[in-house]
Amino acid sequence: MKLAYWMYAGPAHIGTLRIASSFKNVHAIMHAPLGDDYFNVMRSMLERERDFTPVTASVVDRNVLARGSQEKVVDNITRKDQEEHPDLIILTPTCTSSILQEDLQNFCERAQLEAKGDVMLADVNHYRVNELQAGDRTLQQVVQFYLEKAKKKGDLPTEKTAQPSVNIIGISTLGFHNHHDCTELKRLMADLGITVNAVIPEGASVHELKNLPRAWFNLVPYRELGMMTADYLKTEFDMPYIDITPMGVVETARCLRAIQALLNEKGANVDYEDYINEQTLHVSQAAWFSRSIDCQNLTGKKAVVYGDNTHAAALTKILSREMGIHVVWAGTFCKYDADWFREQVSGYCDEVLITDDHTVVGDAIAKAEPSAIFGTQMERHVGKRLDIPCGVISAPIHIQNFPIGYKPFLGYEGTNQIVDLIYNSFTLGMEDHLLEIFGGHDTKDVITKTLSADSDMTWSKDGLTELNRIPGFVRGKVKRNTEKFARDRNIEVITAEVLYAAKEAVGA
Amino acid sequence: MTLANAQPQALQFDCETGNYHTFCPISCVAWLYQKIEDSFFLVIGTKTCGYFLQNAMGVMIFAEPRYAMAELEEGDISAQLNDYEELKRLCMQIKRDRNPSVIVWIGTCTTEIIKMDLEGMAPKLESEVGIPIVVARANGLDYAFTQGEDTVLASMLIRCPDKAPETDKEDRNAIHKLLNFGRKQEDVKAEASEYVDHPPLILFGSLPDPVVTQLTLELKRQGIKVSGWLPTKRYTELPVIEEGYYAVGVNPFLSRTATTFMRRRKCKLIGAPFPIGPDGTRAWVEKICSVFGIEPQGLEEREQQIWANLEDYLQLIRGKSVFFMGDNLLEISLARFLIRCGMTCPEIGIPYMDKRYQAAELALLEQTCHEMNVPLPRIIEKPDNYNQLQRINELKPDLVITGMAHANPLEARGINTKWSVEFTFAQIHGFSNARDILELVTRPLRRNNNLKDLGWDKLVKEEAKI
Repeated sequence: MKLAYWMYAGPAHIGTLRIASSFKNVHAIMHAPLGDDYFNVMRSMLERERDFTPVTASVVDRNVLARGSQEKVVDNITRKDQEEHPDLIILTPTCTSSILQEDLQNFCERAQLEAKGDVMLADVNHYRVNELQAGDRTLQQVVQFYLEKAKKKGDLPTEKTAQPSVNIIGISTLGFHNHHDCTELKRLMADLGITVNAVIPEGASVHELKNLPRAWFNLVPYRELGMMTADYLKTEFDMPYIDITPMGVVETARCLRAIQALLNEKGANVDYEDYINEQTLHVSQAAWFSRSIDCQNLTGKKAVVYGDNTHAAALTKILSREMGIHVVWAGTFCKYDADWFREQVSGYCDEVLITDDHTVVGDAIAKAEPSAIFGTQMERHVGKRLDIPCGVISAPIHIQNFPIGYKPFLGYEGTNQIVDLIYNSFTLGMEDHLLEIFGGHDTKDVITKTLSADSDMTWSKDGLTELNRIPGFVRGKVKRNTEKFARDRNIEVITAEVLYAAKEAVGA
Repeated sequence: MTLANAQPQALQFDCETGNYHTFCPISCVAWLYQKIEDSFFLVIGTKTCGYFLQNAMGVMIFAEPRYAMAELEEGDISAQLNDYEELKRLCMQIKRDRNPSVIVWIGTCTTEIIKMDLEGMAPKLESEVGIPIVVARANGLDYAFTQGEDTVLASMLIRCPDKAPETDKEDRNAIHKLLNFGRKQEDVKAEASEYVDHPPLILFGSLPDPVVTQLTLELKRQGIKVSGWLPTKRYTELPVIEEGYYAVGVNPFLSRTATTFMRRRKCKLIGAPFPIGPDGTRAWVEKICSVFGIEPQGLEEREQQIWANLEDYLQLIRGKSVFFMGDNLLEISLARFLIRCGMTCPEIGIPYMDKRYQAAELALLEQTCHEMNVPLPRIIEKPDNYNQLQRINELKPDLVITGMAHANPLEARGINTKWSVEFTFAQIHGFSNARDILELVTRPLRRNNNLKDLGWDKLVKEEAKI
């Protein structure tokens, strides 16, 4: 048993359902008790989805428990098959119903006898993997199912497309800015003269999956979703894949060069250098921003980064390499893939934090006292309490991660969006100076009710007056530092002198 | 020809497949931990339960969490670990970190399936930990959404003292003394005489504090004194309940608590419609009065006055139809109120229908329909959402009250919706809060009035294949 307050990744069935409901005309049946079907709420509310979520709960209640679920599950599958004629029905249990250890594979086989569409059991262990791993696995399972089916029927196209082409693997519903990333990737591929053969799973039909091997290569933009599928396609169909996330100017270029090398190897004879150069220097504003006077003021500022593997690694590289910001630590909650993360961020941050415990993350932030946090909604919340700004760069998703406007993280437009996010997260450059020079314009702020308000330190009147003169946005930090200083020296009442002594001691 | 001829003479009850969406009953933690301020709720379940709570409750509350998950891992499920020792470890940690007055264990589907004996472990563990442990089985196998509160209150009811100990009485008096501080003895006596002499009355159901005050005052106007509420703001202040006390519920989903009052505490249950809407509130007060042999004063005028104040909203909904998909068990009371407002209601979906506990409410619904001369609604227990969507497509109701999963897709098809969950959390009880109910109900209609000239009704391309 584990005392848990917060989860960075959802349970396995959420991953499976994300894949199922991303495909076109695929329905999922959840074998689960009442209330376990909140996936439908998440999809409808967070994505503001206009269509009914194609997920039906086959409800397990007392009666079903007593009698066994087979009849009900099989009925619900065949009923859905008749009502909506889906191409595929995916059956999944949840953590709860998987304990019943029923032969769900057998239920599927029985339902398949009657159903016109295909019926499949999502094969994941609900106690050993999380949402991300389960999604990765389910996508691979669906792809394998349809490729093997086509192979058996002998209608697997073997010819590659005439022009260079790509499958974009890993765009899914309830993914972090996935839709905008997908649009951006399609534009990027069009610019490079590469045809998009397929995007999976979002919006794809399972009948088109047999065409996947026609593409020249696969692109897996996110580390969390699609790697298993890409590995499968490499092993079975000798399809190469690129798994460099095109996030940030440098990594986007690296991704494009890898594609260039791959295509040239296949005899395409492409040269993307001019394109990369033009985009980097003149189209994207990110490289120019790095050179601009605004960014100069960010030099050496301290930041911490935390999120899923893809986004935390990419942001760490951007902050450190492209903006000269000092990343004190970078962390991920993808514990199952920690080695990859370590390798990616090594050299770009002082320390690496691998944990999915939000209190450990919170403490690490408090200890580092960075000028800005780049994390998940949870870190944004921690930042609010500590009065440190936070830019949200990673799932777990929140309604704010489904902006109406175009906000990709990938590609060259993504570089612009990320610059905005980073820059606006820090207290702005000139404002910073002016506040320092003129002592701030919000001197009437109350200074109690900060994080350390429960401390036993007393501030003398003149100490308090001085503290109030310090600009609001650093006041909390100065207060904490001064109190730490006073506590270390057993000073009970903090006067103006103590405040200045502390300031000198920390060299601020 | 009268319309009445075409109407069925009695309410019609149906039951469907139960493939419907509603929230898991563990969601009651979301409001109960805020209501009972010295409590700690420990939900014993899986990642699926935890992720639900997190998504349902949002990030906001993490500053001082007073609820947590005891997340069952593979070792717990396969019984490799000792449940008792594991729970003890967690409860000790909770005591250390938060020191609550009570720990409420919320059992889930998983604890049911692996047959974890929570009730058996709690007494022993509570003596070891030194904090009362209340066990509630708020699982989705047996209950829906708001019934989670019912399981908690029923368990808590068993813990109410059956006699105020002498010293304790002093304490309770101390609070009264404090309240009466500075007032003359005569005033206090005069206040006591404002009440009619009647057997002690306990109210049950978790309501926001202002509503508790409003309902208490509403009864005081009739000379009725409320001896206690379940739940209380603090666990340590649970009301004394002796045999023969009277109890009345404020919410339709508390049938288990009601039964516990009768069977375990030997109390007398007052079966009344629920104090939702001016009509329901009046009927509720009247019923309580009649049990105590009190002639209610000024209730009719009060109800009329409330209705008069609602007129601007009533104009928006008169003659319109409302369809309840079924979610929080408040459906019957809300439908009854909206029919009284002049709406029609073809269907009331409801997760669970306790016809005995809701008898007075059902009778009032029937009576209301006759008086308003509208057809009786069809009541569908354990509905099937797919079938309901077909019926909605046919009936084209003016408003659908639905769970969150269906709201956006229905709106995209030009059907007005209101989230049922809002009625769970809004202050809807009593006379003056009737306006809040209509504020919610009329919002989509008022929104439409604002947008009507834009022609943005159908926002899906093909004709809805629901």
